[in-house]
Amino acid sequence: MIAEGGHYALVLALGLALIQSFVPLIGARVNDPALMNVSRSTAIAQFAFVLLSFFALVSLHVMSDFSVVNVYENSHSLKPLIYKITGVWGNHEGSMLLWVFILALFGALVAIFGVNLPLSLRAHVLAVQAWIATAFYLFILLTSNPFLRIANPPIEGRDLNPILQDPGLAVHPPMLYLGYVGFSISFSFAIAALIEGRIDAAWARWVRPWTLMAWIFLTLGIAMGSYWAYYELGWGGWWFWDPVENASLMPWLAGTALLHSAVVMEKREALKIWTVLLAILTFSLSLLGTFLVRSGVLTSVHAFATDPRRGVFILMILCVFIGGSLSFYAWRAASLKQGGLFAPISREGALVLNNLLLTTACATVFVGTLYPLALEVLTGEKISVGAPFFNLTFAPLFLPLLLAVPFGPLLAWKRGDLIGAAQRLMTAGIAALATIAIVWAWEKGGSALAPLAIGLAVFVIIGSAVDIAERIKLFRAPLGTSWDRARGLPRSTWGTAFAHAGLGIALIGVVCESTWNIEHIATMRLNDTAQLGSYSVTFDGMKSQQGPNYREDIATFAIRQGGVQVGTMTPSKRSFTTRGMSTTEAALMTRGASQLYISLGAAEPNGSITARIYYKPLVLLIWFGPVLMAFGGALSLSDRRLRVGAPKPARPKLSGVAQPAE
Amino acid sequence: MTRKQRRLTMIAGALAVLAVAAALVLNAMRSSIMFFTTPGKIAEQHIAPGTKFRLGGLVEKGSLVRGDQLKVNFEVTDGNAKVPVAYQGILPDLFREGQGVISEGALDTSGVFHADTVLAKHDETYMPKAVADELKKEGHWKDDYGKTSAADAPGMVR
Repeated sequence: MIAEGGHYALVLALGLALIQSFVPLIGARVNDPALMNVSRSTAIAQFAFVLLSFFALVSLHVMSDFSVVNVYENSHSLKPLIYKITGVWGNHEGSMLLWVFILALFGALVAIFGVNLPLSLRAHVLAVQAWIATAFYLFILLTSNPFLRIANPPIEGRDLNPILQDPGLAVHPPMLYLGYVGFSISFSFAIAALIEGRIDAAWARWVRPWTLMAWIFLTLGIAMGSYWAYYELGWGGWWFWDPVENASLMPWLAGTALLHSAVVMEKREALKIWTVLLAILTFSLSLLGTFLVRSGVLTSVHAFATDPRRGVFILMILCVFIGGSLSFYAWRAASLKQGGLFAPISREGALVLNNLLLTTACATVFVGTLYPLALEVLTGEKISVGAPFFNLTFAPLFLPLLLAVPFGPLLAWKRGDLIGAAQRLMTAGIAALATIAIVWAWEKGGSALAPLAIGLAVFVIIGSAVDIAERIKLFRAPLGTSWDRARGLPRSTWGTAFAHAGLGIALIGVVCESTWNIEHIATMRLNDTAQLGSYSVTFDGMKSQQGPNYREDIATFAIRQGGVQVGTMTPSKRSFTTRGMSTTEAALMTRGASQLYISLGAAEPNGSITARIYYKPLVLLIWFGPVLMAFGGALSLSDRRLRVGAPKPARPKLSGVAQPAE
Repeated sequence: MTRKQRRLTMIAGALAVLAVAAALVLNAMRSSIMFFTTPGKIAEQHIAPGTKFRLGGLVEKGSLVRGDQLKVNFEVTDGNAKVPVAYQGILPDLFREGQGVISEGALDTSGVFHADTVLAKHDETYMPKAVADELKKEGHWKDDYGKTSAADAPGMVR
């Protein structure tokens, strides 16, 4: 019953989405507030039905109802409860359901919090939102129905892929989807603006919080995924330039650009056409990411070819939405009026540079990700594009961006003073040079690149502090005054500083980890000791134990520093009987921001074991940086000016339609 | 500056960045891309010793020899030819004789492939995608390499 109920709820949501796709548009044409307001109720009702459908699937998984294919294939009655729940989106059908669930959630949020939007704009936004929803409901119902039944239900399920049986699965995909799908709102706003042929600073003020929210989740989702890969895959890598990762990085880069260009639009009414294009591109890249991951084109071109329905369907969605929106853009963009003039050296100019470098970097990732696919489809030749390609293309584009970051906030709008900004950044410059010298002396002539990169990171961090210090007149006014000014600063200014500093902190982590990482791979017998930097790692023996749905061999290592034991580490290997797979559970020990990392290889019959042991200096900064960026984003989001649903745009409604009493 | 000059400055700047990016991409394409091949094709492709590439195939049954200090030797086959592979390090969890593997590295002058990296990356069917495609093309695909997928499991109702 539950499965059929969930299926039926999804069909009803599709019906509502169809109504929402057209009725508000007709309402906007004939200027009928009642028809336009239909979108509000349908968006909320749609969310209720998808919620119902999603809960149906969750409860089927929790109850281990193996008469449902999706549960049979991805669950097991012995699986711990948390993985029964997270396993819902650890597979194709379930993760698509999560996708539309979040899409419907955002639609409902716009409906609820968008009360102060001009009625016609809201109607248009929700209609576009419904187009996307319709496409994906159809996709799920026609090709990826999670509620299919099996005629003769098996007694036991096939279990979830062991690699996915990890708390990371609880957080990573929902976060990522909140980011991916959140950009659909910016997209809908962009299309709505093109339909209405009108766009102004108020539009940017409405779009920014939604973009910012999506961006925060995407940032956290990517960082979380990277940390998950780091501890789960067992060789200490945290970014692989894998197409699946690139699929999430591209919308992040475009979204970051969008965030910045929306600032220009909001403050200066400039870059309108560009901002609209970026909003379209950002969501298009999210769709592309969904296609790459969900169509199976990456894991197997073969799967794509033998069961083409999914791949082709989602490719069609991709073509219709990207092609359609870009053509529509080409047709309508000219109708948007350009505003605000500015000199090349100005805050606007700096933000244009930011956009230029971010989108170009995004384009290189795009090429590196899709070129191998295109080549294989066209010529059948197989190549692999890996880290070396991206190090040679992405990194050189990102470095000037980092160099420019501290200048941006110090330049005035319209016409900036580059020399003045440089003078104010003197402190940061000196700190950077000092850091370079110290690191250089400390590493005694190692790589020249590492000290330079760390110097750059310090420049970015101190640079963001300088921006705040300048604004509150630190050391130039009495401390009390500075304190009052600091409290009076808009939260978005603090947000900018934190987010930019986060960038520098992540860079320090990346550089330290990749330059001074110590790796020790060896076969260790009982009581063997390995020395890594100042730490000695001693193998103390193995034991076995039974987990809920796996057997586990656990090795114990004693860690000593200067002869004193600082802890034990217990990496393990788990073998999952149902799938006949084994996973390596790495052990981590955090020392400050650095980590020791042990993962196991094969156990030998004579009681010795092969192990990879790493000392990763300051590795945690790699993820602390993005967390700080997200925190900065959250601060910005809490700024009065941007609060979602904050009352009173600068100008009252221009739509000329009276808001009906509700 | 006039509006036109400003716009031209912007466009020139944008073009310059794009040109740099294009140059970087082309340069990286030349130097950092690895080709994928199978043992049977090595001879016909005349790959020079020292050139890095990716070698894909199945690990020949009974060929795995473990030496000291994590040295391992095994053979990769695609059914037509075999290539000896030498590697030092820990093999991935999913490395098994008779199953698919991709190694990155280069041939030496005696025809031994020295791998820097061994990947047993796969989907649930234990087969790297590139290897599966090649095996199919060569007609060495066996149906038991892949588990039956959901779509063709018996007794399914719509």
